Amino acid sequence: MDNIDTNLLKEITGIENSEFKGAYNIRKDGQSVQRQVTENINIVTKKDVSGIDIYVKENTKFEIVHIPVIITQSGMKDVVYNDFYIGENANVVIIAGCGIHNDHHKDSQHDGIHRFFLEKGAKVKYIEKHYGEGDGTGKRILNPITEVHLKENAIMNMDSVQIKGVDSTIRTTKGVIGKNASFVVTEKIMTHGEQYAKTEFEVELNEENSSTKVTSRSVATENSKQEFCSKIIGNTKCFGHVECDAIIKDNAKVIAIPEILANNVEANLIHEAAIGKIAGEQLTKLMTLGLTEKEAEEAIINGFLK
Amino acid sequence: MLELKNICFERDNKKILDNINLKIDTDKFVVITGPNGSGKSTLAKIIMGIEKPDSGKIYLEGKDITEMPINERAKLGIAFAFQQPIRFKGITVFDLLKLSSEKEINKAEACDILSKVGLCAKEYVDREINGSLSGGELKRIEIATVAVRNSKFTIFDEPEAGIDLWSFQSLIKIFEDMRKIVKGTTLIISHQERILNIADEVILMKQGKIEKIGNKEQLLGEITGKPLCCKLGVN
Repeated sequence: MDNIDTNLLKEITGIENSEFKGAYNIRKDGQSVQRQVTENINIVTKKDVSGIDIYVKENTKFEIVHIPVIITQSGMKDVVYNDFYIGENANVVIIAGCGIHNDHHKDSQHDGIHRFFLEKGAKVKYIEKHYGEGDGTGKRILNPITEVHLKENAIMNMDSVQIKGVDSTIRTTKGVIGKNASFVVTEKIMTHGEQYAKTEFEVELNEENSSTKVTSRSVATENSKQEFCSKIIGNTKCFGHVECDAIIKDNAKVIAIPEILANNVEANLIHEAAIGKIAGEQLTKLMTLGLTEKEAEEAIINGFLK
Repeated sequence: MLELKNICFERDNKKILDNINLKIDTDKFVVITGPNGSGKSTLAKIIMGIEKPDSGKIYLEGKDITEMPINERAKLGIAFAFQQPIRFKGITVFDLLKLSSEKEINKAEACDILSKVGLCAKEYVDREINGSLSGGELKRIEIATVAVRNSKFTIFDEPEAGIDLWSFQSLIKIFEDMRKIVKGTTLIISHQERILNIADEVILMKQGKIEKIGNKEQLLGEITGKPLCCKLGVN
């Protein structure tokens, strides 16, 4: 691994010098380059398509799985299929993400298709971070698809972050939520320049007391464009809440398209969306604390996306 | 010392501040009172730089700060507590106290400040300053962000506005202890008699002018004979 690889991995996982511990699989330019399994977590290469199956044994507690992807070849289009099978009552943290370094004129693209199957009582904290860098004119494109299947009492918390350097992204998340199961999604996006980011979220609440809560916070600056489309279908006694909050600057555009569909009288579905510029009074308050207008704006955005 | 010379401010053909001349001495506890629309809050905002006067000069310790932006006035030692505290999504109480303080502060120091304004520090220090906080809680946090600055000249714009009677009773105690919390000169815009009681000096404003300056006793007769009396003596 060279410095570019190490830096990309640090950006998306926070780990210095690629010193991963526990179970992990590092994919670089379409190939698995490093892997480690543990007693409770096995990682197996798929035979039919490019990708891996991750098996977490039942009752596994507090282990972490890292599956970062990096792309450094300009012009590369990498598609990967990763499936996660989480055993009953297991409780694990899964850290994914993709970093693209593109110094040339050809577009680099990574489409990660991740499917999660959580057995009864399983808990997963899933963190994915997307990052792009490099001086080339070639675009850095990321189109992650996340599919979540939760059985009874399973809980999945998904944190999705894209702060810098991704030119185009369509992020699709789908979920089918079982009895007493809960799917919580928090996404944070910042776009600038000519970037485009779209979120498509669709969850079916099919069994009693299933729930979902989605919080999207985004900042769109310069000429960038963002779309947030969410659809929650309540087919039984269930609870769904979507909150989309966007700060808009310069010539940016943000579209929020909410859809909540209640097919049952006991379905309780809420959608909140707010788009606006930074409030002048917020800037003024921070300026009374000694910050310049620019510093105040940065502090507000950093807090908003924290 | 803060000095205002010939300050005028007009909007929509209405004189909000009509040739204000005022000197506020160092380390004084001064209350500005007067009917709604008399120009009190505008005067406070003009001192902080949130509003610019149409004419006139503002001096802090002899230095002309009339053209100085808000943040530079803050660095020079002016602090301002808003009548309607501002909410921030994602910014916690601790974040705001760190931004407020001129020096680096740790969580223990932040908790100490919160305790001084009557908040259970552990419960609040990591909370976001958003709509989940009540008016009384936001007021206390606002006071804490100002108190942590240890400014030379601190302005409170109607600290009692927008809070319920129960929160007010405990908030007033904080102002009674204000001299222990806030150093330097304190300027409070207020209608509350209990705040007037602790002032070194009370300034009565009417229709954009300073009507009278004195202590509470001297001004009470002036105030109570007029419609303003209904706003006094809540306690």
